[in-house]
Amino acid sequence: MTETLAKDTYMTTAIAGALRAAMAADESVVVLGEDVELSTIGCTKGLVEEFGADRVRNSPISEATVVGACVGAAASGLRPVMDLMFSSFFYVAMDQVANQAARLRYMSGGQVDLPLVYFAGTGPSGSAAAQHSENPHPILMHLAGIKVVFPSSPGDAAGLLIASVEDPNPVVFLLDLMLAGAKGPVPTDLEPLPLGKAEVKRSGEDVTVVAIASAAGTALEVAAELEEDGVSVEVIDPRTLSPFDWDAVTDSVARTGRLVVVDPARRTCGAAAEIIARVAERNWADLKSRPRRVTWEDVPIPFSPVLEEAVTVRKDSVRDAVLAGVEEKGAG
Amino acid sequence: MTAADNLELFARMARIRAFERKVQALFKAGTLPGFVHLYIGEEAVGVGACSVLTEADKITSTHRGHGHLLAKGADPKLMMAELLGRETGYCKGKGGSMHIVDYSLGILGANGIVGGGLPIATGSGMADRILGRDQVTVCFFGDGASNQGVLHEALNLSAIWSLPVIFLCENNHYTEWMRTEEITAGEIADRAEAFGIPGVQVDGNDVLAVRDAAAEAVERARAGGGPSLIEAETYRHHGHNEGEEVFSGPYRPQEEIDEWIARDPLARFRDECVKEGIATPAEFEQIQEREGDLIEAAYRYAEASPMPAPASALADLYAEAE
Ligand SMILES: Cc1ncc(C[n+]2csc(CCOP(=O)(O)OP(=O)(O)O)c2C)c(N)n1
Ligand SMILES: [Mg+2]
Repeated sequence: MTETLAKDTYMTTAIAGALRAAMAADESVVVLGEDVELSTIGCTKGLVEEFGADRVRNSPISEATVVGACVGAAASGLRPVMDLMFSSFFYVAMDQVANQAARLRYMSGGQVDLPLVYFAGTGPSGSAAAQHSENPHPILMHLAGIKVVFPSSPGDAAGLLIASVEDPNPVVFLLDLMLAGAKGPVPTDLEPLPLGKAEVKRSGEDVTVVAIASAAGTALEVAAELEEDGVSVEVIDPRTLSPFDWDAVTDSVARTGRLVVVDPARRTCGAAAEIIARVAERNWADLKSRPRRVTWEDVPIPFSPVLEEAVTVRKDSVRDAVLAGVEEKGAG
Repeated sequence: MTAADNLELFARMARIRAFERKVQALFKAGTLPGFVHLYIGEEAVGVGACSVLTEADKITSTHRGHGHLLAKGADPKLMMAELLGRETGYCKGKGGSMHIVDYSLGILGANGIVGGGLPIATGSGMADRILGRDQVTVCFFGDGASNQGVLHEALNLSAIWSLPVIFLCENNHYTEWMRTEEITAGEIADRAEAFGIPGVQVDGNDVLAVRDAAAEAVERARAGGGPSLIEAETYRHHGHNEGEEVFSGPYRPQEEIDEWIARDPLARFRDECVKEGIATPAEFEQIQEREGDLIEAAYRYAEASPMPAPASALADLYAEAE
């Protein structure tokens, strides 16, 4: 799969490039969704010109049916990629996601492959308010039967998107909207990155920080700052949440003995809750201090900038959590 | 309709226009957070429909809701404060442009989810019916929303239970950047027929035509005659949302935009009124000035209002049990 992308590529351009490569490699890949021709977020830009209106289709605002149509089409020989625009709109189509896409293979005793991708921009993007700021990854992780990809860099996004399209299962591919304008290197020769493989974004010895999507960048900034204070932070980006690379996290905690999870989602039953529970099960004897988590508050995302900031992940909270874990006495 | 009634209709359209122009300027200046969808060009629909409602009647609105709310009597001060994310705003800064609500005025809410208001309006009508009130609910929705399955479910439910709901489709011909015709089968008004309810098309840039169509549907609903569907043909002068041009490029023919601007609902109504001797051009100018001042005052109020306290973000999630 060859696709030339510039060294300093926007996240959206990287995804569009990967999608173009996937469509070129396999004629059964089709793209559909509202405004995929002009592309509101930019990840389907240019595709209709290149692949034609048969394979790139603007759809009406009918999320339930279009999400479900992907299931039927995937069961019938196509590899649909649907752009839902905002992940909040999954809720409009939840039956087709949860009862159909995530269930049909298992319920049929494994008779059917459903190679499809639901793409969506996700998370707070600056006063988009409660119906355009969700991060539904914890709900999707809980479903079982649907994979969840949530990358933090353009390079990862490109490779993971190719793997998502090639995967024989339903995959939700989330673009953290805080990263839509982020840039980074993307390999000129696009290769699929395996789903279910975390990456250590920075090695360290004192504390493991597992940070999801845009939180990975925040954690890296904190790690760089704390290095000056003599604290060595390891930052792990899970990259895919389902399947999850548990070994990467537990191996790291086995060395550092400390864990902070930064999860851009509500606290209750978030991804952080599950990650900490697994570490408690596997690493109990390794832990030198209590695991900590930095998450949203348990409320919908409010509109006003001051309120949005108050309930979402802040850099100072990440720093405080890391220091609290390192300084805690008495445990372990 | 007295002369005063006519001027009242014009004044309300002028208020919406002035509000939206102010919002446009604030967005351009970078002082407005979040998404903004302007109603400029569509004022006759909201104003015509709400002019036949009582204060107890209700509406559900959309992401393009400023005009509906002002037409139903919302306070521009509290709206502007909400748009600026202030503590004094309608929703204490929690909602913003797409989520303004004033239950005391029967405004059940703007909505960020396309089609989100359709079931809610249906339930509002059900409550009025069961509780024996003679109120009606007007459900504003877009041509794009007409392709959500919930429209069909809401029409069916309202029809079988004879609910006092007026489904009012504002057909501005675009679903974001897509021409709605290209993603929609048949005429929207014709969908009424499938459910055995009245469906009409009306010139949405003619405030009196909208008012007449709404009056008929409201009267029928109040008398127990059940729901109606009205499709009002109109156009938004602005983009889908402010600031979109960088991403969308031009997607509507300039001649089409010009043609619709030439049919501007305010200018058109003013010219008709002047021709019929209802008022002079100077009187219309005075009205526009007065409404403009009102909006400037609303802005000053909003701007002088404090931001909400960060801790207030945790309030209002649940009601206390009594
Ligand atoms: C369920 C859902 N899908 C998609 C969107 C994104 N979106 C916001 S407005 C809009 C177009 C709505 O078109 P229409 O109903 O005609 O209203 P208009 O904007 O023309 O007033 C879309 C697709 C949304 N907010 N909610
Ligand atoms: Mg429209």
